[in-house]
Amino acid sequence: MTAISHSTPTTAERPIISVRDLRVLFRTPGGKDPIRAVDGVDFDVQPGETLGIIGESGSGKTSLGRALVSLITPDSGQILHDGLDPTTLRGARFRAHRRDYQIIFQDPSAALDPRMTVLDSVAEPLAIVRAADDAARRREALAMLARVGLPRDLAERYPHQLSGGQKQRVNIARALMLRPKVIVCDEVVAALDVSLRGEILNLFADLQRAFGLTYIFITHDIAVVSHISDRIAVIYLGKLMELGAADAVMGEPLHPYTQALLSAEPLALPAALRPKRRIMLEGEVPNPAAPPSGCRFRTRCPVARPRCASEAPLWREVTPGHSVACHFAEVAGRPQRDAILSTSMQK
Amino acid sequence: MEAATGHAAPMTTGPSGQTCGIARTELLDVRSLSVAFRTPHGDLPVIRDICFTVAAGERVGIVGESGCGKTVTGLTVLRLLPERSLRLSGRIIFGGRDLLTLSARQMRALRGCEIAMIFQDPTSALDPVFTIGDQIGEAYRAHFPTTRKEARERAIAALASVGIPAPERRCDDYPHHLSGGMRQRVMIAMALICEPKLLIADEPTTALDVTVQAQIIELLSRLSERMKTTLIFITHDLGVVAEICTRMITMYAGEIVEDAPVDDVLVTPRHPYTAGLLRSLPGLAARRSALPSIPGRVPQLGQMPKGCRFQPRCQHALARCAKPQTLSEFSASHHVRCTRAREITLAGVVTV
Repeated sequence: MTAISHSTPTTAERPIISVRDLRVLFRTPGGKDPIRAVDGVDFDVQPGETLGIIGESGSGKTSLGRALVSLITPDSGQILHDGLDPTTLRGARFRAHRRDYQIIFQDPSAALDPRMTVLDSVAEPLAIVRAADDAARRREALAMLARVGLPRDLAERYPHQLSGGQKQRVNIARALMLRPKVIVCDEVVAALDVSLRGEILNLFADLQRAFGLTYIFITHDIAVVSHISDRIAVIYLGKLMELGAADAVMGEPLHPYTQALLSAEPLALPAALRPKRRIMLEGEVPNPAAPPSGCRFRTRCPVARPRCASEAPLWREVTPGHSVACHFAEVAGRPQRDAILSTSMQK
Repeated sequence: MEAATGHAAPMTTGPSGQTCGIARTELLDVRSLSVAFRTPHGDLPVIRDICFTVAAGERVGIVGESGCGKTVTGLTVLRLLPERSLRLSGRIIFGGRDLLTLSARQMRALRGCEIAMIFQDPTSALDPVFTIGDQIGEAYRAHFPTTRKEARERAIAALASVGIPAPERRCDDYPHHLSGGMRQRVMIAMALICEPKLLIADEPTTALDVTVQAQIIELLSRLSERMKTTLIFITHDLGVVAEICTRMITMYAGEIVEDAPVDDVLVTPRHPYTAGLLRSLPGLAARRSALPSIPGRVPQLGQMPKGCRFQPRCQHALARCAKPQTLSEFSASHHVRCTRAREITLAGVVTV
């Protein structure tokens, strides 16, 4: 069974989100260097696609996701929603615009008001935009609860009476009530057990077909991102390292960081079938308030050379639709990966 | 040592131990362990009739969804649960002694010294107002009376062995100075400083990033091999079990449903629940296809189905599954709690 929006959308379509040199900074008390959560990121999202964003903690993936739905105002750069810059909109126009761009958060419990019933929570978005009357809102909310696979008798319950998977379904129903075009999903399955994770990912795929949704799927879980995405972006310390079609990024990763991430993923395979060699990264993600000079990954990169410290690598398209920020990434990723493996083997 | 001679007591419901042909030195032997929480509304059984043995040097993974009783099993072995609100039965034989009969004082002497534990969240497991050197040294001084100076030297050596750079300096850091991965290394250093025979690690890498998780897994494998520490690794991540463990115990709804060597169970699972867990791993399904999942969810405590507890979610269930199932021998090393284990063929992670 394959999804409809399998093919990578053509560039002829107008992107539903364009991100240009986006920066999000957080100032810290004491006038020290700000934390550069997102530090110069460019990419487009095409209507109907699923863009996966992988990053470790502190990579800026959540800040990026929040900026995409106008929950954070960028410090510089631009985000265009269907060609329109939402920061230029005010008042009612801004509120009407942002209905199309929704977000679902990681912790399904924290995202629901414990004192509201499931039905009230799901109907609330319609009440806020003053759509329809009370009875119609209830009807719509009940229909949406059924659509996300929740039985009718849960509608009058409170969040604490629901399981984690059910709560996440309520959040999905809530995000869909205003019929958005884009949903940013920030670690939406991280808190769920593996058996439930599959159900919720299937629901996302099903809703995408039904409502023609565009997803930006933010996660640290490589298996999840590779399963659901059309294209995958890899973010490290506020900068994109690599972006390309999911098959290309997973199959022939160009950036040493992507290669290390993929090799670090523990595989549920018998010993005989597991790759014997693993790229072991040293240390952890550096402080985003004082990122390394040049290439940000160089302090942990197994193949870093002097040039990496002095010069930040340009964002370049190595093969059509597959871009990377590394001085030394080649079209054929394999020889380089083997070089990395042999260097990390020596340790 | 009594435990070394093996045990001859066959359980009424379980297999007669897992003594196979090769002489195994059982380090830990859990027999018919049941734990119930006492509540004002009656007892809530959490784990029921758990039987397993762990041989010296083995690395056993305990897997299952949340609420299956994995953590309670680990905490019970160390008797870390509040016993006044528990109803415990069964035996936990470690080094020839039944841990459930030891006094609080005897238990304290054993905890951290012969059996140590690492928890999921290193931040809440460390005391924020003491330096990490003090805390690691304290773990040593609690069991081996020595000077502060020597304890500090041992703490520095322990920090070095878990790969913390500049340990002489780091020793005087407070937990908040360290990153999550470093804190977990500190926890490992603390757990291993008395060279325990058995280390119980409860989701030690779940809170960590994947590149740091790889480092910690590598560290734990290396140290447990070098120090001959036996490992019980509690996790929901089957990939981690495949990487680090030699045997895998699957728990469901407070019971052990399968117990087998890792490579064996990954390829030929014999219990439908284990097979369901393996099947729902996203990495194994074709990209963008519908992911298989296990319908329904783990039953609530106190609302356990009669007979096979997995039966309401099982696609292979028959009328006879309504009768209680026993954990019985499928092969010498493979035990499964399913009446249909010999009739059905379940898919593993690779097709054979």
